[in-house]
Amino acid sequence: MDVPSQSITDEQMTEIVNLVKTVYGFDFSDYTKASLKRRLTRVMLIKKLGIYDLKHLLLNDPHFFQEFLEEITVNVTEMFRDPSFYKALNSQVLPYLSTYRHIKIWSAGCSSGEEAYSLAILMKEAGLKEKSFIYGTDINTDMLKKARKGIYSFRNIKNYAENYQLSGINGSLTDHFTTMYDAATIHSELKLNTLFSVHNLISDTVFNEFQLISCRNVFIYFETQLQERILGLFYESLSPLGFLCLGSKENIRSDIFKKKFKEINPKENIYQKIGS
Amino acid sequence: MGGSAGSFKLLLRIVKILPPGLNKAVIIVLHRKKNFLSEIEKLFNDNSRLPLKEITDKDKINKNAIYIAPANYHTLIEKDDYFGLDVSEPLWFSKPSIDVTFESAAEVYKEHCTAILFSGANPDGAQGLLKLKNAGSLTIAQHPKDAEFPEMPNAAINAAAADYVLKTNEIVELLQIPNPHN
Repeated sequence: MDVPSQSITDEQMTEIVNLVKTVYGFDFSDYTKASLKRRLTRVMLIKKLGIYDLKHLLLNDPHFFQEFLEEITVNVTEMFRDPSFYKALNSQVLPYLSTYRHIKIWSAGCSSGEEAYSLAILMKEAGLKEKSFIYGTDINTDMLKKARKGIYSFRNIKNYAENYQLSGINGSLTDHFTTMYDAATIHSELKLNTLFSVHNLISDTVFNEFQLISCRNVFIYFETQLQERILGLFYESLSPLGFLCLGSKENIRSDIFKKKFKEINPKENIYQKIGS
Repeated sequence: MGGSAGSFKLLLRIVKILPPGLNKAVIIVLHRKKNFLSEIEKLFNDNSRLPLKEITDKDKINKNAIYIAPANYHTLIEKDDYFGLDVSEPLWFSKPSIDVTFESAAEVYKEHCTAILFSGANPDGAQGLLKLKNAGSLTIAQHPKDAEFPEMPNAAINAAAADYVLKTNEIVELLQIPNPHN
């Protein structure tokens, strides 16, 4: 099991964070500490590295950095994670969005694309596929490659099938995939409406205007002051009365943005932009 | 407090008896299935004399309150007395994992923590309990003979992670003793 046996000190963690920031420009300094420490300890355990080996590799091996990035960031995701969230989108948000000519959706921190494709399926089943477009962004280029392929293990898809059923959408999840041996590939008509690209929530800026932004289970890794900065980015990126969706155990902590977003569904943490 | 299969009823009994002037924060990590729209929180809430809450990310940890780790997340404890959640890989097929919470409690609370591991059908929690013990916390395992599923407390005992191995009634009695710091 990947039980970290030896933890690193706070000082060592700060050294690694500073090194990564200086050499690669990725800033982890406002990530939540307990979680980041656990991830760092885990990388060292998996790669069988001491703290000096880790620093040496980070300094000298850019390929290693990609692997490091993939392990440090959490890329665990599901299709239709929290079925009640998709139910709420369907009943509370889509009737509103359907009045738009074009619906642009941003899946921020999309990892291997499961959420972006879940949203694509939701839009298709709601009859809104033709006018909707889904942008998936992440800092992790390898994860984005997986997302673009849209190929998942059939076993995983079967696991997600229960989520799909509980979300109350017609048919079954496998209807949207072509299966061959153990690989399930998302239908190409669903890929047509998606675009995956690199975007760093911490250092990059507004790149489009959206009617809905879904950023679920990303804020849990960020300290509240960093969350506030990114809420600013989301606010700027939303059209008037656009929607912001956070994870089911995440909410807006910032007093500034509590006033700028109206809670539409407090249980699922769906918010609507107010003011301008 | 951590538990899995066979722990729910006992944890409910403990929630019932915890006194309002406890002067401690109580964190409960109980294995359960995701998407299972459980009545667990409601049952705990209806039976608790202390305020009880299912944890939301970045919730402040207050004394005289009971916190329940949410399903399909790991619960970690951050330095300035607040919770952080994490959706990373399950441990021992479990999310929440008791090990994850215990290990982060060991880092933050050290000797200011009491941890109890109850019945369960897998060894989650044993390594975390060992970390707590090594950090100076008081660690207790439920007596395997009293546990509906003894594997979990047994794993802790075999890892020499438990300062005390107590019968259910002894644990219940211990938790009713008024806190000397009150």
